Amino acid sequence: MGQYVVRRLLQMIPVFIGATLLIFLMVNVMGDPVAGLCGDRQCDPATAARLRKEFGLDKPVGQQYLTYLANVFTGDFGTAFNGRPVTELMSSAFPVTVRLTVVAVLFEIVIGITLGVVTGLRRGRPVDTTVLLITLVVISVPTFVTGLLLQLLLGVEWGWIKPSVSTDATFDELIVPGLVLASVSLAYVTRLTRTSIAENRRSDYVRTAIAKGLPRRRVVTRHLLRNSLIPVVTFIGTDIGALMGGAIVTERIFNIHGVGYQLYQGILRQNTQTVVGFVTVLVLVFLVANLLVDLLYAVLDPRIRYA
Amino acid sequence: MLLEVRDLYVEFRTRDGVAKAVNGVGYGVDAGETLAVLGESGSGKSVTAQTIMGILDVPPGRITGGEVLFQGKDLLTLKEEERRKVRGAQMAMIFQDALSSLNPVLSVGDQLGEMFVVHRGLSRKDARARAIELMDRVRIPGAGQRVRDYPHQFSGGMRQRIMIAMALALEPALIIADEPTTALDVTVQAQVMDLLAELQREYDMGLILITHDLGVVADVADRIAVMYAGRIVESAPVHDVYKAPAHPYTRGLLDSIPRLDQKGRELYAIKGLPPNLMDIPPGCAFHPRCPMAQDVCRTDEPPLYEVSEDRGSACHFWRECLHG
Amino acid sequence: MPEPNEPEGVVAGTGAGGGMGLAASEAVTLERPSGGAERTAPQGKPRSLWSDAWRDLRGDPVFVISGLVILFLVVISLWPSVIASGNPLKCDLAKAQEGSQPGHPFGYDGQGCDVYTRTVYGARNSVAVGVCATLGVAVLGSVLGGLAGFFGGIWDSVLSRTTDIFFAIPVVLGGLVLLSVVTGSTIWPVIGFMVLLGWPQISRIARGSVITARQNDYVQAARALGASNSRLLLRHIAPNAVAPVIVVATIALGTYIALEATLSYLGVGLKPPTVSWGIDISAASPYIRNAPHALLWPSGALALTVLAFIMLGDAVRDALDPKLR
Repeated sequence: MGQYVVRRLLQMIPVFIGATLLIFLMVNVMGDPVAGLCGDRQCDPATAARLRKEFGLDKPVGQQYLTYLANVFTGDFGTAFNGRPVTELMSSAFPVTVRLTVVAVLFEIVIGITLGVVTGLRRGRPVDTTVLLITLVVISVPTFVTGLLLQLLLGVEWGWIKPSVSTDATFDELIVPGLVLASVSLAYVTRLTRTSIAENRRSDYVRTAIAKGLPRRRVVTRHLLRNSLIPVVTFIGTDIGALMGGAIVTERIFNIHGVGYQLYQGILRQNTQTVVGFVTVLVLVFLVANLLVDLLYAVLDPRIRYA
Repeated sequence: MLLEVRDLYVEFRTRDGVAKAVNGVGYGVDAGETLAVLGESGSGKSVTAQTIMGILDVPPGRITGGEVLFQGKDLLTLKEEERRKVRGAQMAMIFQDALSSLNPVLSVGDQLGEMFVVHRGLSRKDARARAIELMDRVRIPGAGQRVRDYPHQFSGGMRQRIMIAMALALEPALIIADEPTTALDVTVQAQVMDLLAELQREYDMGLILITHDLGVVADVADRIAVMYAGRIVESAPVHDVYKAPAHPYTRGLLDSIPRLDQKGRELYAIKGLPPNLMDIPPGCAFHPRCPMAQDVCRTDEPPLYEVSEDRGSACHFWRECLHG
Repeated sequence: MPEPNEPEGVVAGTGAGGGMGLAASEAVTLERPSGGAERTAPQGKPRSLWSDAWRDLRGDPVFVISGLVILFLVVISLWPSVIASGNPLKCDLAKAQEGSQPGHPFGYDGQGCDVYTRTVYGARNSVAVGVCATLGVAVLGSVLGGLAGFFGGIWDSVLSRTTDIFFAIPVVLGGLVLLSVVTGSTIWPVIGFMVLLGWPQISRIARGSVITARQNDYVQAARALGASNSRLLLRHIAPNAVAPVIVVATIALGTYIALEATLSYLGVGLKPPTVSWGIDISAASPYIRNAPHALLWPSGALALTVLAFIMLGDAVRDALDPKLR
């Protein structure tokens, strides 16, 4: 197990470097990093040249990347568009997005799994058909449409929530945005759980559990659910990284000042340091979440052996 | 009589039609007695067993008639909750494939102990101690350590011993073993079968042994019930059957056992295929494959004729079969 | 347990025993409302995976309905004037945000453009982006993944690590970064971006199915008989490995259409004067209170389109691989 973790950590290094390099190149090659530094005005050539030298932008891109990476390892993510360190921006943005993601994951777990179990145990019944149809629709409607519609209905028409979230972004303000962020994954979790439950329900060990005279509730929770949830847990785990990276749309709709919002600002103002810094952290979150899922797998399924 | 099945009918409704799996089966087993139920796959022997246990999948399965009397009570009229309390505690079942029949993500100790937790209200700690005792009893070496292991960490024979231990846990009056040794290596089969027979004697349990292996039957069974197309075609004490079968199907089964003293001779096989349960032939269901079939077999369904006091045969020509 | 069937629609968790069990219950589900009867084809006729799948699909209402919707979308993408006589770019600010009226069933948007005409014309770019991106992704992904799966070794390792890298980058984010500097208003940068970030998904699928197909006995036999690599790949492996790629690509087509709209909503996808549902939804969102129709119609068209492609993909998957059901 220990060896496996070490090997996986080593494997993460090239992926981490590749992904950050890719985004670094995308940002540098496609945009002009200096353009963003003079505010909204066009930089005059002399200032631009000075800035280039100051930020090391006259060096080859490869060298710039190495310098950047070295700085990152000392905790220096550079300067954001507002002139403050990127780390400061991160410390205000990440807690908000983490809260949003937590709400979304809770929705996936509570609603997604519940619906999946209900429909999996009632395949072909009206409950099943209805829920299945709803999941298809939810998957088909893009998140930004779901978000705008919920904002219109709950925020504007019925006044149940405030249409935009305050800068504090407390958990109760994030309930509806979290649901929006979770919506598509929620539908996938429902379908995945349903398939898994329906499959395992016919398995021999469930028949054994019934033959042992266990109450139905115990058959479902202890024998059926435990086995059926293994793929679902995997999905939800890998989804965490995607949710945080995808929060950009939800945060824009509800005006949440999280990672997506700051990234969007960084891109609009072509601030290389902000964009690359945030993406670097997001990539790390994605990789670590995947590693944790793999390890969790071994805990859930004793048949998995890490050699 | 410990268990008596009377005139049981079970069918399955599928998209393609109604499959009549069990068509008026009746058999019984006493305490301490072993009844071997013999038949090809699709003969209804497993479905009957599932109906007795109350683990039939309803729907698509449907019990359309009959009684299952266990210690004098008709199980089919019991409420599900009462039925559940009978399962595992008073009658238990051993399945064919222990690897898939044991839960892969729970330790064998948990799965054995669960019987005591649910039916006897024992604490987890006490249940674990009982689980170790059980594993000792079915002669699993190092039970104390292995109790924490998972099913996939055991060999096939050891896994089937765990299934047996689970069935024995609450010392039920009746055990139904559905092809308990079919999935095992030949060398292990005998060991597991001997263990099962020994424990049955020790606890004076009734045992219904479902099998298609006549070799196993001769050693352990007291009586034989042969099933074909969801009916009992012959029911008799085991030695009578081996001496002289009273049904051509039984005869066919016996003749198709390879025998050392007839080495070199071509092996007998019953011609034709088992019947389609959605379209069972009229008259005697076996007539299309029967070497003795006459016109009457195609039209009249034979009742279970009384051959002797404790023997029956559902063949119009049981006398000819018995003496020919 | 001869208990009566529980009444339809009972909430789960009640009722003991009921549906738990072992025998294969042939429950009719949403995905496959059609029966299994058509599987009992005339005897003796040779049947391939494809002809089997086609027979299944023709009898599957999900396939028929989603197929008809898609056919309709393709027709109005090619000839939008068939059902919309107006000009999507001709707008009259004086009529901004006005509701439904004769000749203009969907009303007007914030710029006074006719929502019906714009919704009809929006189909073209959505479908074009979806189809082109899917084709690009499918070709690039199949070739890279297929070759890696076939030759294995170092190329396989390189490809696997490369796909890992692409998977680690959030898609919408990559789109924002790459497309934020594009100024033109054609659909090609968006398509290029989707191909760039989308191919790893297909390449994984293609790699897996090529590896599976490569191990088949008949491929081993052909190899032993001295078939060349290119013949093995094209003649023996590709036809058997292509089914999963088609399924995933069909479903991906729907998601690319949704992605285009999302990027357009964020302001980095298609740009005016290109007509796009995403742009219109984005433009309508500030007036959501006064003119919800300007948002709802393009949203509905978008959702219906994505739904049609996803359901088509579902149906094709069921037909090509009954085991997956």
